[in-house]
Amino acid sequence: MKRSFKQKSFHLGAVVLAAALATGAAGAAEKLSIYHWFEYMPQELLNKFTDETGIEVTMDTFDSNEAMLASLKAGSLGTYDVAVPSDYMVKILLDSGMLQSFESTELKNFDNIDGPWKDPSFDPGRKHSVPYQWGTTSFAVNRDAFKGDINTTDMLFDPPAELQGKINVLDSQGELILMAQLHLGIDQCSTNREDVKKLDALLQASKKNWVSFNSDGAKDVLVSGDAAVGQIFNGYSTKAREEGANIEYAFPKEGYVAWMDNVVLLKDAPNRAAAIAFMDFMLEPENAAAVSNYAQYKAGVTGAEAFFEDTIKNSPELNAPDGAPDGTFVQACDQQAQALYDAVWTRLKK
Amino acid sequence: MAGLPSSTSAKEKPSAGVFDGIAIRLLAPSWLMIGFFLLVPVAMMLVYSFLTKEFRGGVIWEPSLAAYDQFIFDRGLFGDEPPVIEWTYITIFARSIWQAALATVLCLIIGFPTAYFIATRPANTRGVWLFLITIPYWVNLLIRTVSMKFLIRDTGPLNQFLISTGLIDSPIHIVNTNFAVQLGLFYSYLPFMVLPIYAAVERYNFALSEAAFDLYASRWTTLRKILIPVVKPGIIAGCILVFIPSLGAFLAPDLLGGAKTFMIGSLIEEQFKGSAGNWPFGAAASMILLSMVLVVLLFYARQQTRSINGAR
Repeated sequence: MKRSFKQKSFHLGAVVLAAALATGAAGAAEKLSIYHWFEYMPQELLNKFTDETGIEVTMDTFDSNEAMLASLKAGSLGTYDVAVPSDYMVKILLDSGMLQSFESTELKNFDNIDGPWKDPSFDPGRKHSVPYQWGTTSFAVNRDAFKGDINTTDMLFDPPAELQGKINVLDSQGELILMAQLHLGIDQCSTNREDVKKLDALLQASKKNWVSFNSDGAKDVLVSGDAAVGQIFNGYSTKAREEGANIEYAFPKEGYVAWMDNVVLLKDAPNRAAAIAFMDFMLEPENAAAVSNYAQYKAGVTGAEAFFEDTIKNSPELNAPDGAPDGTFVQACDQQAQALYDAVWTRLKK
Repeated sequence: MAGLPSSTSAKEKPSAGVFDGIAIRLLAPSWLMIGFFLLVPVAMMLVYSFLTKEFRGGVIWEPSLAAYDQFIFDRGLFGDEPPVIEWTYITIFARSIWQAALATVLCLIIGFPTAYFIATRPANTRGVWLFLITIPYWVNLLIRTVSMKFLIRDTGPLNQFLISTGLIDSPIHIVNTNFAVQLGLFYSYLPFMVLPIYAAVERYNFALSEAAFDLYASRWTTLRKILIPVVKPGIIAGCILVFIPSLGAFLAPDLLGGAKTFMIGSLIEEQFKGSAGNWPFGAAASMILLSMVLVVLLFYARQQTRSINGAR
């Protein structure tokens, strides 16, 4: 009795296993694996994609461009079809041969890419990536704590007495160092000794005024009042304001960080066709706008504006006032310059 | 003499009965697990620490001592000054060790009396006390750490309560200080101190204390000369269980301390997940940390052997 039961279950197991293998093989063409930022993709949109194409989606998330790069380098290249890196990281992935190209004719919506984003410096000719969302990184100031002019990087690096010790900065080398370079008016990736020394001195001197280095909690520290000034992405600042923080997002006259996240086609993508279908899907104005409405950023897709909710159309964080300078993109520095900035960063946090 | 952990003779070979003759195979699953998931990664780390760094993460398969050189020598910001001792990483390690040691002492001060209290309750209520100790730990460490931040922040309940009682006029800044990090470490690891000490005190034969009192020993002398030496293995186990995870902790320093300064854990994380992308250096720092932990464990092992052999 016992024996026959065992045998039976063994056969049953073999059948189930074989069935699973069979469906796995049949379904292989109908799958898509996305490597994406956290809290950046509404589930309804993924459902819509599956409904329209029949492609099943799995998504893993990362919390920084560098974490994504590390994971891809540590062996997950070849398991994902598409990833969503920011501008400078697209360049880094491209330069290290981790992307594959496509022809613009493969995407029926390719012409939906907004004019200025058709030929970006990080991916000339858009042969490996399509726009996802773009925005800026500056800082927000609590208007109960400070009433004066906030459109200057002095808020972070030379703050008035009432804001000292109440500043949160992003725990991100690229964005913080670029803000400091804009404040000093020196070039990114400069290896000029005087420039690097000035940068190092500025960061060392400013640190005493900063209460924390927090990226994930950049919004929460402003909502809770732990910080009166916080370096933050514009869409995240919108959310903080909507959650009740009396803050204003600054467009400093010295400059601020601009960025664009992009869907890239990864090298060795297991499902290239599904990846192309997804990129095409994200270039539909309605779908790009769905992400904008969810994340409070702008899409680089022509016609998406028509689907924007009013909060985006009228957002003070998304629409720079007249006379504000343009944002500056973070550059991928060469090895020698990067080693210098790594040393400056370690000295800052030692 | 059941109360003394050292009372079983080491020479007597215990027999497991059902597993007679195949006892050695019982260890096979553990060896497979440890071999594959511990020894292989550690060996990889050791090898990586002696390889050349690839720009933006990864390694080039050329042997190099650059990672250890970077740890020990400072050649200035531009790398062309004569080498002097690099204090940056020593400072980071020293800070982490100091915080872990302080957390261990705090846990011991609070944990020992707690464990003694529980172990001296009637046998049927001890379970309830232990249960109460473990309740908060059913919740994930990250959530507990974030919750603690809510409690101690300037506008949080703790400060509001203190202000309402009139004890203070303006909120005490606790969040983003070293004190908050200490509080976080202490709170996270307290049960790791209480449980081993409880286990040791529970087996303690209280007739020994009575005998000491009969011989006119004071309470203090009895504690110092009888109780503590007997439960010492439990104390040492507790200290190790608190010290080692505190050493590599980065949740508490990041969330409660504001991530203003690197701890060992966050320094290593930065080498893999940050802009530095310096895998050999991350591996080297991990190896140095691992060696330190190993020294602590060897010390513990020696203490154990000595107490089992009765040589004190």
